[in-house]
Formats: sequence, structure tokens, C-alpha cells
Amino acid sequence: MPHDGAMIEARNLTKHYGRTVAVDDLSFDVAPGRVTGFLGPNGAGKTTTMRMILGLDRPNSGAVTINGRPYRDLPAPLREVGALLDAKALHGGRKAYYHLLLLAQSNGIAKARVDEVLRIVGLEGVADRRAGGFSLGMGQRLGIAAALLGDPGILMFDEPVNGLDPEGIAWVRQLMRALAAEGRTVLVSSHLMSEMSLTADHLIVIGKGKLIRDESVTQFVESSSRHSVRVRSPQRERLEELVQHAGASFSRVEDGTLDVLGLEAAAIGELAASNGLVLHELTPKRASLEEAFMELTRDSVEFHATGQVA
Amino acid sequence: MTAVIERPPQTASPVRRATFGDALRSEWTKLRTVRSTFWSLAAAAALGIGLGALISWAGASRFHRDAGLHFNWNPTDHSLRSLTIAQLAFAVLGVLIISGEYSTGMIRTSLAAVAKRSRMLSAKLTVFTLLALIAGEAIALATFFLGQALIYGKAPSASIGYPHVARAVIGAGVYLALLALLGSAIATIVRHAAAGIAVIVAILFVLPGIAYALPTSWQQPIEEYWPTNAGQQFAIVMRDAHTLGPWQGFGVMAAFVAVVLVAAFVLLERRDA
Repeated sequence: MPHDGAMIEARNLTKHYGRTVAVDDLSFDVAPGRVTGFLGPNGAGKTTTMRMILGLDRPNSGAVTINGRPYRDLPAPLREVGALLDAKALHGGRKAYYHLLLLAQSNGIAKARVDEVLRIVGLEGVADRRAGGFSLGMGQRLGIAAALLGDPGILMFDEPVNGLDPEGIAWVRQLMRALAAEGRTVLVSSHLMSEMSLTADHLIVIGKGKLIRDESVTQFVESSSRHSVRVRSPQRERLEELVQHAGASFSRVEDGTLDVLGLEAAAIGELAASNGLVLHELTPKRASLEEAFMELTRDSVEFHATGQVA
Repeated sequence: MTAVIERPPQTASPVRRATFGDALRSEWTKLRTVRSTFWSLAAAAALGIGLGALISWAGASRFHRDAGLHFNWNPTDHSLRSLTIAQLAFAVLGVLIISGEYSTGMIRTSLAAVAKRSRMLSAKLTVFTLLALIAGEAIALATFFLGQALIYGKAPSASIGYPHVARAVIGAGVYLALLALLGSAIATIVRHAAAGIAVIVAILFVLPGIAYALPTSWQQPIEEYWPTNAGQQFAIVMRDAHTLGPWQGFGVMAAFVAVVLVAAFVLLERRDA
């Protein structure tokens, strides 16, 4: 695969805006061949980090490299990194085709590629309309077309499904998975765990500018949430005693049903068998990714709703 | 929508390095594909040529009745007088080609595409200044020739072959291009259309006006060396007292624009986009 090895490496990235610390000593690698979800509540520093990757903002300390080089030293940036940070970052009076053409020209990319990416994102019919009149969804597609122009090994999308209709959302997910399957490095930011759970293989979770987790989605779920086992037995009271004795806790859900915390399903099954108990149900329950994420970032959310409705 | 990416056959050749020429091509596309470029230049042409024709015709018509006109009559300078108004359109366009990048957010897309910031800015300014120069020369020549045609027969008129006339007419185009470039440099520093236009208008009209309120000993050197006043010397035939010569004047203005440009490049490199 030609894209193997395309990497983003961030080392001790720190960025202040006045007294606010937007990104705080952040280090991570983004590896090829998978979709890496860049996750954090609003204001966690995701966009700032992406801007530093693109050389738009200068870190106060630390560094980030693309394939070993700072972004500003890339010989033809669009051929190595395609990024959609802000779909509105274009001149609204310019026709979509020319927006893409001037980007292609700046990196010596063939004109034919403009028509190609317009077709890929499904905008070929509106190429000669002014980009300012585009809907949010069309704007996102145009931004994605711009990111794909240089056929880059690294792609970065900041909240790409914002404003898209369900069909568009499905398309973006499929696109990101396809890009990663081709061996490219794909970094996608989101503040919605549910979105990431559908596309990402790996997660980088940040809160208040700090790294919270850098692990696979599977590890993330296992490590960041307590998971319980639902057990149903006609001999509920006896089961409760055994569970308690084994050092686990439980909560009663309904008649004859317990949610056991602190014991694996297998251990509960063995416990029941050795004591001759009948089990009607034994189900490991995973916390949803959303729950896991909420729990993890609870302390780093900038603004909390008070729960009161005026 | 199913198929997502069609992989073009991978060329094994290494990526071609992007060049200054690529940036020039890109900036030219940028410039010619927004309407403000055309409309600003059209406004400059209408103000310069149209107003110039009116001023030439009016001056020539009352030449025989107005002794004051006889005294200072210079047909070239008279016909180019409209350019003091048309210059505003050049200055404003200079501001807009930069502030437009900031107000739309395009600057981030531009700098992601051309990561070497100075390359992006020098390509943009090269393309734009060339366009402004061509437009400026065309407007200056048209204003001059139309003006002289209207003056001819009613008052003494000039020919392009007379002493200093060609230099003044060509110089007027150069002055307009320099002014447009100054507008762009200022806009790169202030990053905002309104602020940029305010600064360039202050430089052109407000600050030289304030000089009149100062004691003569201050007023004269300010009038003499004020960059835009100095630059205008390049665009006239008849020189007043306490003014620089045409080439000196051009030099002073060019040096001033160069200083502002250096500040613009330094700030663009240093600041977050």
C-alpha cells in the first residue's frame, strides 16, 4: 500500500491563548490503516490541535510532525494531508469548481483531478454555482472534495457530519472507513461518542487540552466503564448470598433478576453450578460507549448544565 | 452513493514539489474568479476615465474666460486630475484581496494549501500588483488621451512626446499599482477590511490634511516627504515648490511601501492564522 507509514506524531503540544490553556502537553501518534477518533467535549482543544497539525497555529511548546516533518516543510502539503477543518473557510462568491481548481494549482495537482473529486462527493452538478449559496451539507461535501484533491495519505476531518442529513452521514462514515481500508491515516474529531463508535477503530480522548485515553475502541469500552452481568434465577436470595460472599455487589432489577457488579459472567455461572443453582439468564452488560465517554470526561467538561429549567 | 474512492493507479514517482509558479497560478485563479476584482477595476476605470473626461472638457471650455487657469495650465496634469479619486478604488481593491481571505476564513484553506506563508503572500501580491499595474497604465493612458482630445482646440493641449509627459502618464499607472500594493500590505497587518480602508484613507487624505494645521516649518517637510504625496510627484509634469522630483518621489513612496510590506510578511509568518 502506497500510504503505509503516513503518520502524525504530536509531542508535548502545548498552546495557550492568553491565560487559557487550550492544549496541555499533548502527545499522541495517529497511525495509518485505521480511523482514529479524536474525541472530547466541546472546548477540549480538538480544533486547536488540528490547527497546530496544519501549521496554522504555532504551539507554545512541543511539536507535531507529518511523516517526520513539520507541516510547513512539506514539499506539496495537499498531497500528504487533506483536511476539512471548517467547511465555511472559503470565499462564498467563488464557484465551487474554481475553489477546487485554485487549490489544485497551488500544489501542482492536475486539473482533471478537480472533476474527479467533484464526482466522488457528488457535487458535479453544482460545480459552477457559487459556494456561498451551498447548504451546510453541500459545503461539507465541497470541503471533503478539497481534502481528497491531492490523494493524500493522511486525512483530517473536524466534526465532518455536522449539518449532514442521514444519507450524508452514512456516506461520510463509509468514506472514512474506505479511506482507512486503503491504508490511509484518518483522524476524525467529534464530540459525540456515538458517532465515533460507528466509525473509529482507535480513540484519542482529550479533555481540557489533556490526553485522557489513547487506545482502541474495544479497550476503551472495557477499561473505562464498569460492566455488570444480569442474572436471573428462581433462587434469587441464595444467589445474592453467594455473590456477596464472593466480594461482588449487586442490585435488584425486578423479581428474580440481579445486576451483578465485580464478577465476570463465567465466574457467576461457575458459582451457581457448584452450588446447584438454576440460572434462567446470564448476560454480560456493556456500558454504551456514550456512557463510558461521559463518565471519563465528566471532570473536564467546560460547562455543566445545572439540570434546572427556568 | 456507494463507491467512494476510485484509486487512480498509483504512480510510484515521488510527489512533485510545489513551486512558486504553482502558487502564482493559484493566486491568479483566485483573483479572477471573484467579482470584486472586476467591479473595483471597473469603478476605477469609470472614475478615472469618465471623471477625467469631464474635468478636461470643463477646464478647456472655460480656459479663455478664466485667467487663473492660464497661469497654471498644464494640460497633462489637468487631464489626470481624476486619478486622485480613482486611486481610492485601487487602494480599496488592494485591501479587499487580503481582507477577503480573513473575513471568509479562506486564509486557513490558503495557508494549508501553501504552507510556506511568504510564498503564498508573495505570489498573491505579484499577481495582484501586475494586474493593478496593467489596469493602472490602461486607465492612465486612456484618461490622458481622451482628456487631450477634449482639450484640443479649446486650450493648449499636450502630446505624449512632450517633455516629462510620457513619464507622468506612465508614472500615474505605476503610482496606482504601488498604492494598491500598499493597501494589500496594510490589510495583511490589520486583517480587516474596514480597518484597512480606514488606514489607507488616513494615509491618502486625512494625515496630509492635518499637516496644514501645523506650523509651516513642520508642514513643508511633511508635505514633501509624505509617501503618497511623494509618489504623486511621479505622476505629474509641473512641480510645485517644496515637492520632491519625480524619481525621488517615486523612491520615497516605494521605500515606504517596502517597509510596510516587510512588516506584513513578518507578521504573517509569526501570527496564528
